[in-house]
Amino acid sequence: MARFVLRRAVGSVVLVVVAVSLAYLLAATALHPRANFEGRSPRPPERVIDARLTELNLNDRTPLPDRYAVWVTGLLRGDLGRDFDGDPVAGELGRRIWVSLRLLLIGTVLGGVLGVALGACSAVRQYRLSDRLITLASFVVLAVPVFVLAVLLQMGAQKVNDATGTRIFQWAGQDGLSHLVLPTVTIVLAQVAVYSRYQRSMMLDVLSADFVRTARAKGLRRGTALRRHALRTAVIPMTTYFAYNLGLLLLGAVFIEKIFGWHGMGEWLIDSIGRGDVNAVAAFDLFAAGLVLVAGLLADLAQAALDPRVRVSR
Amino acid sequence: MNALEVGDLRVRFGEVPAVRGVGFAVAPGEVLGLVGESGSGKSVTGLAVMGLLPARATVTGSVRLRGAELLGGTDRELSRVRGRDLAMIFQDPQSALTPVHRIGDQIAEAVRAHGGTTRSRAWRRALDLLDLVGVPDAARAARAYPHQFSGGMRQRVMIAMAVAHDPAVIIADEPTTALDVTVQAQVLEVLKTARQATGAAILMITHDLGVVAGLADRVLVMYAGRVVESGTAEEVFYRPRMPYTIGLLAATPLLDGGPPVPIPGGPPPSGALPPGCPFEPRCRYASAPCRTTEPSLTERAACHNPQRPQPRPAEGPGVRRTRSADVILQVTGLRRAYGAVQAVDGVDFEVRAGETLALVGESGCGKTTTLMEILALAAPQAGRIVVLGRDVSALPRQARQELRRDLQIVFQDPAAALDPRMRIADLLAEPLRAHGVAEPEVERRVCELLGLVGLDPDFAGRFPRGLSGGQRQRIGIARALALRPRLIVLDEPVSALDVSVQAGIMDLLATLQLNLGVAYLIVAHDLAVVRHLADRVAVMYLGRIAEIGSVEAVYGTPAHPYTRALLSAIPVPDPRLERGRSRVLLPGDPPGPARAPAGCRFRARCPLHTELGAADRERCAAEEPRLRPAGAGAGADQSVACHYSEGLIR
Amino acid sequence: MIPSRGSAVARRMVRDRSGVSGFALLALLFLLAFAGPLFTRWSWADTDFTAFRDPPSAAHWLGTTPSGRDVYALTVRGLQKSLLIGLTVATVSTGLAAVVGAFAGYLGGRTDRILMALVDLFLVLPAFLVIAVLSQSARGHGTLLLVVLLAGFLWMVTARVVRGMTRSLRGREYVLAARFMGVSAPRIVFRHLLPNLASLLIIDATLNVSAAIIAESALSYFGFGVQPPDSSLGTVIAAGSGAATTAPWLFVPAASLLVCVVLAVNLAGDGLRDALDAS
Repeated sequence: MARFVLRRAVGSVVLVVVAVSLAYLLAATALHPRANFEGRSPRPPERVIDARLTELNLNDRTPLPDRYAVWVTGLLRGDLGRDFDGDPVAGELGRRIWVSLRLLLIGTVLGGVLGVALGACSAVRQYRLSDRLITLASFVVLAVPVFVLAVLLQMGAQKVNDATGTRIFQWAGQDGLSHLVLPTVTIVLAQVAVYSRYQRSMMLDVLSADFVRTARAKGLRRGTALRRHALRTAVIPMTTYFAYNLGLLLLGAVFIEKIFGWHGMGEWLIDSIGRGDVNAVAAFDLFAAGLVLVAGLLADLAQAALDPRVRVSR
Repeated sequence: MNALEVGDLRVRFGEVPAVRGVGFAVAPGEVLGLVGESGSGKSVTGLAVMGLLPARATVTGSVRLRGAELLGGTDRELSRVRGRDLAMIFQDPQSALTPVHRIGDQIAEAVRAHGGTTRSRAWRRALDLLDLVGVPDAARAARAYPHQFSGGMRQRVMIAMAVAHDPAVIIADEPTTALDVTVQAQVLEVLKTARQATGAAILMITHDLGVVAGLADRVLVMYAGRVVESGTAEEVFYRPRMPYTIGLLAATPLLDGGPPVPIPGGPPPSGALPPGCPFEPRCRYASAPCRTTEPSLTERAACHNPQRPQPRPAEGPGVRRTRSADVILQVTGLRRAYGAVQAVDGVDFEVRAGETLALVGESGCGKTTTLMEILALAAPQAGRIVVLGRDVSALPRQARQELRRDLQIVFQDPAAALDPRMRIADLLAEPLRAHGVAEPEVERRVCELLGLVGLDPDFAGRFPRGLSGGQRQRIGIARALALRPRLIVLDEPVSALDVSVQAGIMDLLATLQLNLGVAYLIVAHDLAVVRHLADRVAVMYLGRIAEIGSVEAVYGTPAHPYTRALLSAIPVPDPRLERGRSRVLLPGDPPGPARAPAGCRFRARCPLHTELGAADRERCAAEEPRLRPAGAGAGADQSVACHYSEGLIR
Repeated sequence: MIPSRGSAVARRMVRDRSGVSGFALLALLFLLAFAGPLFTRWSWADTDFTAFRDPPSAAHWLGTTPSGRDVYALTVRGLQKSLLIGLTVATVSTGLAAVVGAFAGYLGGRTDRILMALVDLFLVLPAFLVIAVLSQSARGHGTLLLVVLLAGFLWMVTARVVRGMTRSLRGREYVLAARFMGVSAPRIVFRHLLPNLASLLIIDATLNVSAAIIAESALSYFGFGVQPPDSSLGTVIAAGSGAATTAPWLFVPAASLLVCVVLAVNLAGDGLRDALDAS
């Protein structure tokens, strides 16, 4: 088991290195930080611009391999470089990670638990009214892109605020519980819709399994047999979906943060791309790649914990 | 009072009837055998009694357990009865236990399902139950997960859960079908023990007439959702009245006696039953009323023209062909390991032109691995495979493709071996096209092949889904014949088929061999089938051949103690014989090939080994026996890998 | 005559009401996208200098934008664009996933390891970032590049699933039979393996249609996708969402069309899967 985890970890690190390098090279080629100076008036002298860009390791007149080498050397020392304003990227990254994770973790956990519960319910009541309602609702939510969902929620919240004359819901400003509500609801809704669909089909697969029949033959009530035997077996594949989904969720969060003015990683990425902030973009990618791989590893461990067959065969 | 009474039970799935009026009663301590082929409604009957059919099934009639009506009860009411008064053992121990819970917890759950015990007392009771069903080292076994158990051990666990509350009735649905014969014999013993311990009535659902003959007091035979014959075991086996029962008994392959006789055709699909007797289209004795009115079950049989059984045709005088000198396949010292598991560990045999060699043995003995190694036509890990005089290890690509023409395969499950998305014509054409046969020739050959296996040319346009099991296996055989091979490898060619259809396929294989001169290499676990299919037989144990020789010699005077145990474990469809004879019961499971011991690999389970003196035993432990000519008569075609087999041949 | 598999699936499909309504809705949307522009005298490129941010009227059925463009014309044009992108991306990515997954799973060994490493790499590369960065630098290269980019980041998970299923199919007897008969690997993949994964591939393709449409809209929403003056549903929604409460006509039609498209595709896919599964 330990060897397996180690092998996985080494492979993952290699992947992260390759992916982040590719992302850096891509960003460094395609983005134009120099453009930021062009709009300024008075336009600073070319010499000053060059010096400033070189200082930040953003100068497109320095050959790409050299810039990459500087960046990698920095990375090895734990230095992620500086952003366009000259502040260390690492500091900004560290601050924003927690802002984002606060949103993501609550959303993921709530969404996962509710999604699994609803999906299982839906499967057990297949083709009954409650199943059809859950299915329809999740279809509708799935069909609404997050950014539309977010705007719709905002419109609704505005109505509530106007009607009650309060400011229950907010989407500007920092922190505060009231600011957290709307983006979290958006994430949870989207997650529930996805997970409930997966869980429903997983659950349908084991609903008529022989071992559920055995459990009922022992004298367990249908509900008990389904909970202890069918659901317990059907959540195992969910760990894999969970891992894949976390990566996608980070992406979804980009939109949600931007729309709700949540100053997290997503907002940072979009602003950085706009400004041609190569170092910040690369740092974001480091975080994203790391998150996907950690999620994958966690999913494998969770699967091993839930499924004795996996535990032994490795 | 009867333990269980079932009256006019009817089950429909939508518009399709599965059970059409079944009634019976079982007294306490009695064993009632419910016999039938696939689709006869026997398993549905069992599930209907338990109230465990899916919701889309409509059930009418009555099911009374000790006089109390169960049918129509709510889930709450029924779950109070299930597991306590009425228990069930399911067929497939592979899937019947929840993979993610420990064995002990699953049994303890059965104990606790009806309340009144603490967790720790339930666990202790689970250990006692494991002991009762003969699981060794119960304390450790209880902490294992199902996938760490063999099929036989899992079935013991199922029995342990079933007897946890001393039920009044146990329903056993094909409890030994998925098991090896030696393990089947053990599990049947456990079932007898369980009956003695609980005094329960047993409803034994099975397709295996031999199992019923050994266990059942009374027997019901089902066909197309109804009971067509009922009586005591002796009546049904010795004085059957219904032509179907008579045909079924005649179609069962035996270890001695004449060849099995097929029943023509196949059972009708339950959605489209004929208006009269459902067996009429296959019945030799059908008359006018059979075509219009379905007979009802009178005292013994549901039949307009009850018959008496005919004696089985005697074995032919033996047109034993002399063995050809032409060696088609030669295997020497073949070995194959998967990691630490030595699946095949030094196997030698040869197949000559026009003859049939069967590899028999229990699951895990390496017989299928041997087949796959031969079919790969690539260098084996160790040893030599020579096909038609060519060593396959040094074969260039083109020559290997050419050699494939001469070596074809028929699989066990005809439903799985035919791509469900292709028409029969395309399935038969596939090997021809792969070898570049011209299109007009392909078309001609497809028709010819269908004729060869006894099917109409209009089958060409159909899909495998629309065919019965027997017809599909005929297509599988036709496909193997397409390129006019010299050797066909058959992996369990009849074991997925119903008994009444099996014999027809066996006939077909024999006829084809006689007419085309093709050689067969067959893998099978059923020794009774092999006896009628093969010229020579090789008994495998743990990756090696324990005994090899002509069918007459090996079946007549088995030299290896394992061969004798295998032969004795096969249940015979003859109640008196079956109850009268003493079995050589092998202890334990066939061990996994990972733990092949030094010396003789059979000695841990060997009944002969225990009778030997200490000095002789040492030889078994130290020296691996090699194949050597068996003692019976000079020049007989029989070799055995046992140091002391002479002690057996008397 | 024995009914073919196709007609059996079609019959089950017709009986499945939600599947049929999905296909019907999809057909209507196509009709609207391609016949819709014929019914108005405004083209998506026109600007009406007499009407800025007008609510819906007889002249402008869905009102105008702050810059005087006809919302109906823009929305219909956007629908066209989004549908085309969705269909092409889905076809390309599902096809790629099927081929990569099936060959990796069937051949195993080194091919498998190389292809799966590629899949892992694409999974770790942040798709959004790559697409955003590349589309920034490649303004004006039109939608083709966008299609390639979107397809390039949608195939990986499916490829893994296809590989897994292929590995279990590889041991199936009909595949073994074909191999032992001497049928070549590509032939086995295309004749036996992929047809038996058809239901998975179809459902995946339908899901990819909606995924691509949503992804394109999302990118366009942030200005990374379709570039103005051309429009897609995403750009229309993005332009309108700021004023969603005060000028709903800018936002509501495009958003509801987007939801309709995705819903229709999902319903159709689900119906198709149920119809295929039963056989």
